[in-house]
Amino acid sequence: MGSDTIARWQFGITTVYHYFFVPVTIALSLLVAVLQTQWFRTGSDRYLRLTKFYGKLFLINFAMGVVTGIVQEFQFGMNWSEYSRFVGDIFGAPLALEALVAFFLESTFLGLWIFGWDKLSRGKHLATIWLAAVGTLVSSIFIIAANSWMQNPVGATYRNGRAELVDFGAVLTNPIFLTQWPHTVIAAFMVAGGFVAGIAGWHLGKLARQDNPDAEDVSAFRTATKLGAVVMLVAGLLIIVSGDLLGKQMTRVQPMKMAAAEALYNTETNASFSLLTIGSLDGSKEVFSIKVPGVLSILAGESTVKGVNDIKADYAKNGFTQSDGSKEALQKQFADKLATMGVNPTPNIPVSYWTFRLMMGLGFLTMLIGIWMLWVTRKGAMPKPGPLWTALMWGLPLLPLFANSFGWIFTEMGRQPWIVAGVMPTALAVSPTVSVGEVWFSMVVYTLLYGVLAVVEVGLMLLYIRKGLPDVAPVEQIVDEDAPLSFAY
Amino acid sequence: MTLLTVTPTALQVLWLVLIAVLWIGYLFLEGFDYGVAMLLPFVGRNDKERRVIVNTIGPVWDGNEVWLLTAGGAMFAAFSGWYATLFSALYLPLLLILLGLILRGVAFEYRGKRTDWAWRNRWDWAAAIGSLIPPLVFGVGFANFLIGLPLKNQPVLGGTATAPLFNGTFLGLFSLYGLIGGVTFVLVFLTHGAIYAALKTKGEISARLKKLAVTFGLITALPAVAFVVRGNLLPKLPGQLDSLRTVSWVAGLAGLVLFVAAVFVVWKGREGLAFILTGATIALVAVMIFAQLYPGLGFNNTGLATPLDITTASSSPTTLTLMTWAAAILVPVILGYQIWAYTVFRRRLGVENIPDDVEEPVVVHG
Repeated sequence: MGSDTIARWQFGITTVYHYFFVPVTIALSLLVAVLQTQWFRTGSDRYLRLTKFYGKLFLINFAMGVVTGIVQEFQFGMNWSEYSRFVGDIFGAPLALEALVAFFLESTFLGLWIFGWDKLSRGKHLATIWLAAVGTLVSSIFIIAANSWMQNPVGATYRNGRAELVDFGAVLTNPIFLTQWPHTVIAAFMVAGGFVAGIAGWHLGKLARQDNPDAEDVSAFRTATKLGAVVMLVAGLLIIVSGDLLGKQMTRVQPMKMAAAEALYNTETNASFSLLTIGSLDGSKEVFSIKVPGVLSILAGESTVKGVNDIKADYAKNGFTQSDGSKEALQKQFADKLATMGVNPTPNIPVSYWTFRLMMGLGFLTMLIGIWMLWVTRKGAMPKPGPLWTALMWGLPLLPLFANSFGWIFTEMGRQPWIVAGVMPTALAVSPTVSVGEVWFSMVVYTLLYGVLAVVEVGLMLLYIRKGLPDVAPVEQIVDEDAPLSFAY
Repeated sequence: MTLLTVTPTALQVLWLVLIAVLWIGYLFLEGFDYGVAMLLPFVGRNDKERRVIVNTIGPVWDGNEVWLLTAGGAMFAAFSGWYATLFSALYLPLLLILLGLILRGVAFEYRGKRTDWAWRNRWDWAAAIGSLIPPLVFGVGFANFLIGLPLKNQPVLGGTATAPLFNGTFLGLFSLYGLIGGVTFVLVFLTHGAIYAALKTKGEISARLKKLAVTFGLITALPAVAFVVRGNLLPKLPGQLDSLRTVSWVAGLAGLVLFVAAVFVVWKGREGLAFILTGATIALVAVMIFAQLYPGLGFNNTGLATPLDITTASSSPTTLTLMTWAAAILVPVILGYQIWAYTVFRRRLGVENIPDDVEEPVVVHG
């Protein structure tokens, strides 16, 4: 194996792991801010307890997101030096801006939020969680803009042996960015909705089994269950819309990715979408398939969907092109060099096919559970506790999270063999001075450390989930210099 | 010698200065939270005392660390050639730093989440070790920038271009001067951290930390003098300016003088002034180093057809202009709210301020 293969595995492992924590950070910070706002407005203990309960879980998650995120920023230079050199003029700016605008905001104001309960007025303290939540959203804008540029390299020119920025406005209005950002952020809300609803629903199930459940607890967890389920459902509907828009843009700029998503080898008009295909593992032979006619064409937004073989033939003749035969400026300018490199333009088709379906399938399943939860808890009813309810509640925080993971794996694997679509092959992006042994070593070290930390993190999560809603004391500012703080590490 | 065949633009010089400023922000701020965390298992005699120590940096350490991420991001955005060659050159050292940063970050956040001593003690050691590694490795790294990292032109992009890439080894970084750099950074941060913690605590803990600061300060003297003096006597790298070598000498020596003053002042019991002085020392030593990074960015470009310097590593004028506007608007805002955060947590802490632990939650299996 070359170092590019191991570096890709390393990127995959560390990024998928990092992204276990990102959606909860983005969306749960906002939901906690909403809960605290409700407490600020009503003064009701119910919202304060929920704020503190989910706030604590949010922080356990946030710590992991922070420390695994640092690895991401350094990894581009460490493992992918030639990528960094080639695209740094464009790709570096959003990363630096993300740190300047978002990371400072998140970290500083979360510090103020965690330790500031007895030091800030209620209004100012509420503002700190909102600013931290805004920070996480802004962070997502920059990083998705950077990723979208890799999918569709707009606003750039080939000069001085590298890609140079000519139009930052074009980078921020990249049609992939405009559709991928809402899709990603809304998907984060589905995760946070599932997280809030699953945990609250699990507690409701537990309370339903008690003879004399605490009325306050029941009412608080009902609120959280419904809030989570509604967020899940609304997010689900918006994901379908944004995913549809993204799919159409993707088909336009990366026709190969859509062909791989359906394992469509030959161009079809009114192409059908298979819900399930049983075939040989490499997808070359189909044994059994459930097909819905015309659906792929609808997803792609084009009545004729090009197949893998035809796109491959196109590539041999004209190089990388968008579905209408055009190229971005950078793709055009770099075409001569690519012609001498003999790149096979086909991604891993079984991976693209299955991750695409798992993403959608898990998303739909989450929505169905959300509808069912709202149904069984309607008009003050309690859920019927039992193994089914418990299993679903355990699954709820995980199903949309894995849907997110599969979505990203699809987006990134479907772009292959390119690190920058139609411009730079991934294999050429790797650091020439880093040995295979070094990449192996660091990958093993990260994997082991991340494994240990996962056990610790999940252990703490379960501990605080089971602990349930905390008792709360009245929140007031402390002026006595010798009085105990209301919160300290 | 093709180094600096083109005169650097004002923007390129500005960005080298801005990156120096970001590094100073990082070394000054995270410098003391590294120091505080390294002291954690040694200074706190019981859990409450340790909690006093850890809470002096609890609300702010993460915001301090963002200065490092921003410095890295700014190198990527403004000098992508520097970022690419440097980060791939220092592969294993950066891996060590990342492991340290992961350990300490998780340690601060998770130590208080359970009440048992074994759990907390383990995380305190993780925080201490995780806070020892970055200054040690960065010290070795900065010393090597003064020596000049060896480079070689290598074919890249399937042979369609060449790039200046690292031509040394991991073990080659650990020369005597490299080690002096590592030890100096660790000791300066220990002193800086002890002074900061003394400033943020009261009573007996604060007094103990002041004594410790004097001890560390005295131990630091020898390696610090060696680091500054040897650092300014190293052979000139291609393109370095005499005027900037003078700046480097003056900044380095001024840093040493202020450090001695800091130790004297904290011995006299004035930890507030001492903190400003150790902070100034760190800033001045950073100035000493960055004055020598012009124009070769800490690389030895001798004999290279394609050298790596402030002009060849730089991003385009378009990107530099965009980033300049962003930095001009955002850095003052960030400084404003970070200073505000420090004033919110200005109160000194003592054992009496630490709330009692809430009982370990009873685990009920559902």
